Amino acid sequence: MNMRSDEKPIVRYRNIRKSYGDLEVIKGIDLDIFPAEKIAVIGPSGSGKTTLGRMLMTLEEPSSGTIEVDGELLWHKKVNGKLVRADEKHLHKIRGKIGMVFQHFNLFPHMTILRNVTEAPVRVKGMSRKEAEKIGMEMLDKVGLIDKKDNYPSQLSGGQKQRVAIARALVMDPKVMVFDEVTSALDPELVGEVLNVIKEIAREGKMAMMLITHEMDFAREVADRVIFTADGRIVEEGPPEQIFEHPKSERLQNFLSRFMAKV
Amino acid sequence: MIGAIAQYLPPMLKGIGVTVQLTLFSSVLALTVAFLLGLCRLSRYSLVRGISYTFVEIIRGTSLLVQLFWFYYVMPFFGVEFSAMTTGVLAIGLNYGAYGSEIVRSSILAVPKGQTEAAIALNLTRWQRMIHVIIPQALMRMVPPFGNLLIELLKGTSLVYFITLADLTYISMTLRNTNYADSLIIFTLLLLIYFLIAQLMTLGVRWVEKRVTAGRLA
Ligand SMILES: Nc1ncnc2c1ncn2[C@@H]1O[C@H](COP(=O)(O)OP(=O)(O)O)[C@@H](O)[C@H]1O
Ligand SMILES: [Mg+2]
Repeated sequence: MNMRSDEKPIVRYRNIRKSYGDLEVIKGIDLDIFPAEKIAVIGPSGSGKTTLGRMLMTLEEPSSGTIEVDGELLWHKKVNGKLVRADEKHLHKIRGKIGMVFQHFNLFPHMTILRNVTEAPVRVKGMSRKEAEKIGMEMLDKVGLIDKKDNYPSQLSGGQKQRVAIARALVMDPKVMVFDEVTSALDPELVGEVLNVIKEIAREGKMAMMLITHEMDFAREVADRVIFTADGRIVEEGPPEQIFEHPKSERLQNFLSRFMAKV
Repeated sequence: MIGAIAQYLPPMLKGIGVTVQLTLFSSVLALTVAFLLGLCRLSRYSLVRGISYTFVEIIRGTSLLVQLFWFYYVMPFFGVEFSAMTTGVLAIGLNYGAYGSEIVRSSILAVPKGQTEAAIALNLTRWQRMIHVIIPQALMRMVPPFGNLLIELLKGTSLVYFITLADLTYISMTLRNTNYADSLIIFTLLLLIYFLIAQLMTLGVRWVEKRVTAGRLA
């Protein structure tokens, strides 16, 4: 395990559970993510990976347990020493430290590419348009799409859209970013360009990343630590070499062998 | 026949003025009411949702004609008196606004959930999400159905005949009452004029549609 006991985690899931009606999909998860750490989350579909990321992005409220971000409770706040459900104001305050890139890009179709990237810094961070455009252009440059700045999303390929979505999230400078199967909706020949951008960002280092993915080679290359989930639980975790070369649990062995057979 | 047209067209033109004015003002009111009610029906407060829902149901469940009568003949008993034009604008605007609220509501709901989620992930506030992300996309969906609604509204304005507002229909009826033999000519003119106004409105809607969607929608 990649323990960094000297450092405080940037994200801390504690006994997190989540149910939809009678169906419990997250069955008690504890997970720490350290600053600048890259963790890959792998596991069969339906095992709760997306839900795990969405609870961090405040898109899904845990049924029980706590999540801390940068030392502060995300879904709760303390009032007179008692934990109460966080209100929108509290969520808003902490959400600034979290970013997310989605499987289906979710770019704003009515805005140009540059506008997609600058809207939040202007509205949320109170930057001037000019300032936001400067940073926005830097990020578009980083993902290789400066020449598309005046286009609309509908004029871009899937891979380009996803790179814009990454730039859009980066501009907000989060401390931790969730990537939820960001290449799953892409044609195979477009996957590489998006993974390369993510690798580049990972190399720069300072942001923690939660990479939910089915791309095993990518996970092995980028992740400091791999989390294997099944049935709403973390079944096994460890550095990539251990997870991929010496899986301990039968579930992970089965998962990997089925996966390798498929590819 | 040319003579008959020359005889009837000038008074009918005056009626057109009233009809157009009525259509314009009540359209503005209807769009405003539609937006307010549509947003209220999506409010996170159940009281607001309940009140707006009830209001819409009451208006939809009673006829425009009865509403016109109420505004014109009943309200004076409560000390509120409106001119025929104001009555027409109020009743028609509220009535079509109530129907329009459904367009606003469903267009907003039709914007994919991923848009809201992306906006949340960027930490936009609830209000900013609505104003900058959801409504602009909902607007594109609203234009065609609103175009239809406003053409319905135009046709609905003829009901002000019953509160004796001298619109196009009212004037045609009075012309016809004194010239029974020319019923065919008068009503053909009436039909053509409404048709022309509706066509102009359709063109207007197409123009707006082009402007809001220009190069944008996926
Ligand atoms: N909004 C929802 N309502 C009901 N069930 C859901 C909802 N979202 C996810 N689920 C269920 O939760 C389980 C975990 O889903 P998810 O987190 O998307 O898994 P993964 O990303 O690993 O494929 C699945 O069984 C899925 O059907
Ligand atoms: Mg998923």
